[in-house]
Amino acid sequence: MYKMAEGVKDAAKKRKRSYTLKLMKRNWLLYLFLLPSVLYVLVFNYLPMYGIQIAFKNFTFVKGYAGSEWVGFKWFIKFFESIQFKKLMVNTLRISIYSLVVGFPIPIIFALVMNNIRNLKWKKVVQTITYMPHFISTVVLVGMMSIFLSPTGGLINRLLELVGGPGNIHFLGKASYFPHVYVWSGIWQGIGWGSIIYVAALAGVDQELHEAAMIDGANKLQRVYHIDIPSILPTIIIMLILRCGSIMSVGYEKAYLLQNNLNLETSEVINTYVYKMGLLNKKYSYSAAIGQFNNIINFVLLMTVNKISRKVSETSLW
Amino acid sequence: MNLAKSRRKKESWDDIIFDLICNVLVLIVVIAIAYPIYFVLIASISDPKYVNFGDPLLYPKGFTLDGYREVFKNREIWIGYANTIYYTVFGTLIALVCTMLGGYALSRRDLPGRGIIMIFFTFTMYFGGGMIPTYYVVKNLGLLNTRTCIIIMGAVSVYNMIVVRSFMQSNIPEELREAALIDGCGNGYFFTKIVLPLSKAIIAVIVLYDAVGMWNSYFSAMIYLQDKNMHPLQLILRRLLITTQAMASDTTIDADAAAEMLDLVQNIKYSIIVVATAPILCVYPFIQKYFVKGVMIGSIKG
Repeated sequence: MYKMAEGVKDAAKKRKRSYTLKLMKRNWLLYLFLLPSVLYVLVFNYLPMYGIQIAFKNFTFVKGYAGSEWVGFKWFIKFFESIQFKKLMVNTLRISIYSLVVGFPIPIIFALVMNNIRNLKWKKVVQTITYMPHFISTVVLVGMMSIFLSPTGGLINRLLELVGGPGNIHFLGKASYFPHVYVWSGIWQGIGWGSIIYVAALAGVDQELHEAAMIDGANKLQRVYHIDIPSILPTIIIMLILRCGSIMSVGYEKAYLLQNNLNLETSEVINTYVYKMGLLNKKYSYSAAIGQFNNIINFVLLMTVNKISRKVSETSLW
Repeated sequence: MNLAKSRRKKESWDDIIFDLICNVLVLIVVIAIAYPIYFVLIASISDPKYVNFGDPLLYPKGFTLDGYREVFKNREIWIGYANTIYYTVFGTLIALVCTMLGGYALSRRDLPGRGIIMIFFTFTMYFGGGMIPTYYVVKNLGLLNTRTCIIIMGAVSVYNMIVVRSFMQSNIPEELREAALIDGCGNGYFFTKIVLPLSKAIIAVIVLYDAVGMWNSYFSAMIYLQDKNMHPLQLILRRLLITTQAMASDTTIDADAAAEMLDLVQNIKYSIIVVATAPILCVYPFIQKYFVKGVMIGSIKG
């Protein structure tokens, strides 16, 4: 009896294996389809991961991986003990938390507001215009900023002068202004584009809910609060998880372009420092250690936020 | 009809005020976004002496095309332009091929090992080797300071591949493939003759995403390219708009002309911004729906 059951199980297993083999043989071309992408990821994503070891070595390009001697956590400790450490952490967190707190809700509010515009043509115009800055490159954006924010004859200063400002504020030349400049230019560029996803989610809200609420005498503001916002909450949570996961990776491409000697005190973030240390000053191991430290924090953050969200709201990335 | 009318009549003051606030807010946002772009445009054709004081303009003052003339004379910009077009066309092409092939394969439920391959790809979205190890790999491959490097570096975006996969899972019915299989239609034939024609929308999305990304990127070119003749437009723009003040440096001029040139510099900057951004901003309203579609498909990824 027992033996027979075992035999049936074995046969089933065998059949399944041969079926898999048959599928693999039949779909060999699909593996070929995947080959270029797999090779790419292997070379440009996984090979560099093997290179993480240089963060624990005394690495130079001449000596290579094998020729460089191990030094343990030397570079990490050096970084933690350096005066740069606190500054970089504070700068990075300041900018990213500021971006999160201000830059995350604003597109949501904008989407909710836009959802209440009845004239469809005007709505379309609003969308076309507000998406536009998304397509302006970082370089051009920073170029525009350096013109508009100039202390001598910059547009922003002139506008501020009209409402009683001093008219010669050096926005890019003072460290304390940098976080504001960075975050608000990001909002200018991203408010429209960031709202797309919420606009779509709002379009899917059940109209019957609104009608029922109207019969109960709810006004528009109440309906936004009690119907619209709860309906798009899952979307909001997913977006929030993604944002939290990258809290340590400030948009260094923009930060780097906005940097100058006058604002470096607040504008130097981890990733720009990694670039300067590594590729400009050629301290490869030190730079890789800092980059790795950042990478691990990001990874842990994403995992944590995802886990919390899964517990609290049953919404998660995976 | 009647219902709608009576509802409108019943509209309370709360709602009227709410509508008003919404419209005003939207108007403010639109002006705040559109005006700087509009200003650049009119400043580029206005006489520098009106523009350089920074007075807000509503229409061009003292029409001039001197700025554009200088831009068109500048060889660097055209080399950059040509390079960018080259990188964008070939980079996008390679990326498209990889993404479509990979995305399709991953969308097939009957592909043994699909789960593992997915993990293999998605892991790289959350973890990486970092800047220096990647640079070292590129260097070892002999790709440093080559055009190939810029084209290849963006070839596979795992995010885009997942977008394609989700699209195909919901748009290519399983029954269709089974029917084709019974008719003796192989994978290759099915992909080229049936899947691709059904995927025009997603192809447009991927092409646009990759092309805009390529057009606007500067960082990898800054890291990997030393030779100025290979620099894409964005790197040239960085030099002209941000790092250096004047573009007069490469043409030898006397003192008088230099003063005039200084006046022109701002004007030239406006012109450069227009020349560099116009292609994308002019085309984009017509293809806007594809971008929006891309965001939507991306948001419901599996």
